[in-house]
Amino acid sequence: MSAASLPSEAPERPASPPPVDAPPWRRFVRFVTEANVAMVTLLAVVGGLFVGAILIVVTTPATLHAWGELGSHPGRAFSVTFQTLGNAYGALFVGSVISPSALGHAISSGRGWTGVFTPISETLVSATPLILAGTGVALGFSTGVFNIGGQGQLIAGALAATYVGFGVHAPIGIHLPLVILAGAAGGAVAGFIPGILKARTGAHEVIVTIMLNYIFLYLLEYLLTTQPLQEPHQSNSISRTISSTGQLPHLFGSGLRVNLGLIVALAVAAGASWFMRRSTLGFEFKVIGANPAAGRTAGMDARRATILVLMISGALVGMAGMSTLAGTDFFLSTGYGGSTGFNAITVALLGRNRPLGVVLGSLLFAALSTGGRYMQASTGIPIDLTSVIQAVIVFMVATPALVREIFRLREAGAGKILLFTKGWGG
Amino acid sequence: MKLELAGITKRFGALVANDHIDLTVAPGEIHCLLGENGAGKSTLMNVLFGLLHADEGEIRIDDEPVRFADPGDAVRRGIGMVHQHFMLVPVFSVAENVVLGFEPTRGGGFLDHRKARKDIRRLSQEFGLEVNPDALVEHLPVGAQQRVEILKALIRDAKVLILDEPTAVLTPQEIEALFRIMRSLALAGRSILFITHKLKEVLAVADRITVMRLGKVVGAADPTAVDEAELAAMMVGRSVELVVRKEPPKPGPVVLELRGVRIVDARGVAVVDGVDLEVRAGEIVALAGVQGNGQTELSEAVCALRNPEAGTIRLDSTDLTKATPKAALRAGVANVPEDRQVDGLVLGMSIADNLVLDLFDREPFARHGARDLARVAADGEIKLAEFDIRAPSARETVGNLSGGNQQKVVVARELSRAVKLLVASQPTRGLDVGSIEYVHRRIIEERDRGAGVLLVSSELDEVLALGDRIAVMYRGRIVGIVGPSAGRDRIGLMMAGIAQPGPSESDGDNPPVTNLDLT
Repeated sequence: MSAASLPSEAPERPASPPPVDAPPWRRFVRFVTEANVAMVTLLAVVGGLFVGAILIVVTTPATLHAWGELGSHPGRAFSVTFQTLGNAYGALFVGSVISPSALGHAISSGRGWTGVFTPISETLVSATPLILAGTGVALGFSTGVFNIGGQGQLIAGALAATYVGFGVHAPIGIHLPLVILAGAAGGAVAGFIPGILKARTGAHEVIVTIMLNYIFLYLLEYLLTTQPLQEPHQSNSISRTISSTGQLPHLFGSGLRVNLGLIVALAVAAGASWFMRRSTLGFEFKVIGANPAAGRTAGMDARRATILVLMISGALVGMAGMSTLAGTDFFLSTGYGGSTGFNAITVALLGRNRPLGVVLGSLLFAALSTGGRYMQASTGIPIDLTSVIQAVIVFMVATPALVREIFRLREAGAGKILLFTKGWGG
Repeated sequence: MKLELAGITKRFGALVANDHIDLTVAPGEIHCLLGENGAGKSTLMNVLFGLLHADEGEIRIDDEPVRFADPGDAVRRGIGMVHQHFMLVPVFSVAENVVLGFEPTRGGGFLDHRKARKDIRRLSQEFGLEVNPDALVEHLPVGAQQRVEILKALIRDAKVLILDEPTAVLTPQEIEALFRIMRSLALAGRSILFITHKLKEVLAVADRITVMRLGKVVGAADPTAVDEAELAAMMVGRSVELVVRKEPPKPGPVVLELRGVRIVDARGVAVVDGVDLEVRAGEIVALAGVQGNGQTELSEAVCALRNPEAGTIRLDSTDLTKATPKAALRAGVANVPEDRQVDGLVLGMSIADNLVLDLFDREPFARHGARDLARVAADGEIKLAEFDIRAPSARETVGNLSGGNQQKVVVARELSRAVKLLVASQPTRGLDVGSIEYVHRRIIEERDRGAGVLLVSSELDEVLALGDRIAVMYRGRIVGIVGPSAGRDRIGLMMAGIAQPGPSESDGDNPPVTNLDLT
């Protein structure tokens, strides 16, 4: 809505939006005091860190002791608290982004650059599958399809990529693209199953995808004990290693694990963004997701759209399974993928189902987990703290009204904020 | 109690829904607030009831300014509201619903059902609100449910009762009963604010009339001194035609041919059973009948939204019997569906996107799988002007539009293709006078351009005004086809399945101008 079409606005009314030609600082102030998507997400992160801080204080003996002596040494309680928090969150930063001391050392000595970039490289490595799987899940969510089958599709993608990875022999220029495509194809097949069941029989995709998670989990366990997947002469349940021509090459030398998978993930996110905003198929998906009856009246085929959405969503999640296989692990073992399939749902929520948001949310989540490992090692604060922080962030993102109350934000204009969980399970 | 609204202004972003509204309701007065959909009536009532807060202006009760933080405040000051959509618990009894929220209790926190029933009986007798306090609400007809809503307000001692479009869901007999209740309430000194867009009702019941248009009060009127035409002109801001003008039809070749069509619903019941029907180019065939006699299913079959079990459906040379909706659309069927919000529009999307719901993947709106958003937006602005859709821009979300403007979006989309056959189902249901006139004019223009029109309507007035031939459906069969000169009595009997049509289709004395009744 353009404010320019308003009749003369009384200037003394603070609730009225400033005109479009207001100075940039006024528009900025307005933006940061209003409960829009960006501010709610940002403040959710602040809230998560705050809750984390409280937990650190009440679980660290040193700070508890200092607070116990609040009467005799009031200043000490605060200084110890700040020191503990500084150490913990400092370690979180150093472990996930960059260490200032290592950087200084590298600059003065001209060596040790690999160590400087190791934390950020590790963060990018763990962000890569999250970006791919999160984008896939978000694509389903924004078209009204609730794909909870990330775990299964991820395993399916990794399985297909593994077979192609050790079974095909070709130069890297042919082999690597085949591995990537196999990952997508495996995930797409896993997505096709709930798709066709929903289109043909009306079976709800939430139930079917959750059940398929178990099927693929145990299918993987079974295949890992049988030929040709299992590494020969091995009693452990691990697969053969994929050939070097099927591996995603490192981007910055062998010392840093960050690999081509990151570029693939970013390209996929960019493609998904274009797909949802500009493609005809994306528009059809959105219409069917919002109102299948209207789509049908206008000549769209809702069944076909449902199947395609789940296949595309599954393909992207499958590529996430491929990215860790071909990027860092090179073989499969039981429990492959861990909780990435579920974290993808969280990241999609954090990113409000937009690919750019998913990328940023994945980076945040990846940084919290890589930084958390370093924090545990260097300060003794358990890594589980980062899970609490992640959970609080997600909780607050899902309840924008709560964030608005806590931080006293003004209500955003109509349509600027939407409740993510609307229509869940519908 | 005297209620005064002074200078009430309410804005939603750039939209001024209420612009300095002044309104006074005297004790014992039935005050009618008349306006088209989207004129700002409901916003004003929500401000009065404490659901919304005015940006400017004040509410005065007996000359004392009051502020309502929430509906509870308003109720305590003697204001009661009956919403258009009832707020009742279906599985509770009438008495339980009426006392819900301030239940009378005996000692120990037990509900005092006897007192609740006694209060309800007393109020029922006093104002002629017949209702059994022990009946379950879900078993009551709509009219009785509305009386429960009114009782809810009265038992909280409402002095001013707001009735928001109370007649929209009632049968003619129920409307008469409601009017009697309203008069007895007014006689007892209670005031009523009656919100409606139906002119006949206003003249039948109002003591005073205030007319709103586009968020402003455009005039007040005395019901004894005005007629429907004057009120309609005030509502829409120009003289509306209360008649539909059309030339005699010039029927061409047959465009739609139904032979022995039989449609079976999900329960296995034949809802359409052996229908033969032809629609020629340049004529309007109206499918009349009481709702639920197979008209909806038949029109859906023509649009290929469902396929018949037996029989054939042909559009020109194309066989649509087993076609997909898309094939029917490409063959030249335009469809204005019965429920525009469910089948016609994606309410969360923009006007521009809704206008290309059918052609989004074709030139010029898309090329090689990529949408041309600039083209879609530009086309939207053109349609906005061409079809008189009242919205700030084509980027506006369709769900924010009034019913009339939503229908114009559907009409604009459907008539923007090459149309051989227009299927219009209940095309003016729930619309205001201005939009009804507009939609009727468009349908006639489409006929005169040479398209066949299949009009499905349960409004007899609409059928008589638009139909060149009228096919009456009863229990899945067409009981007869007559000309509009057959008269409403005969058609009414046919709709009830009573009369046989006799020799028909002799529409020789088809009058060029037909009176359209406005209810």
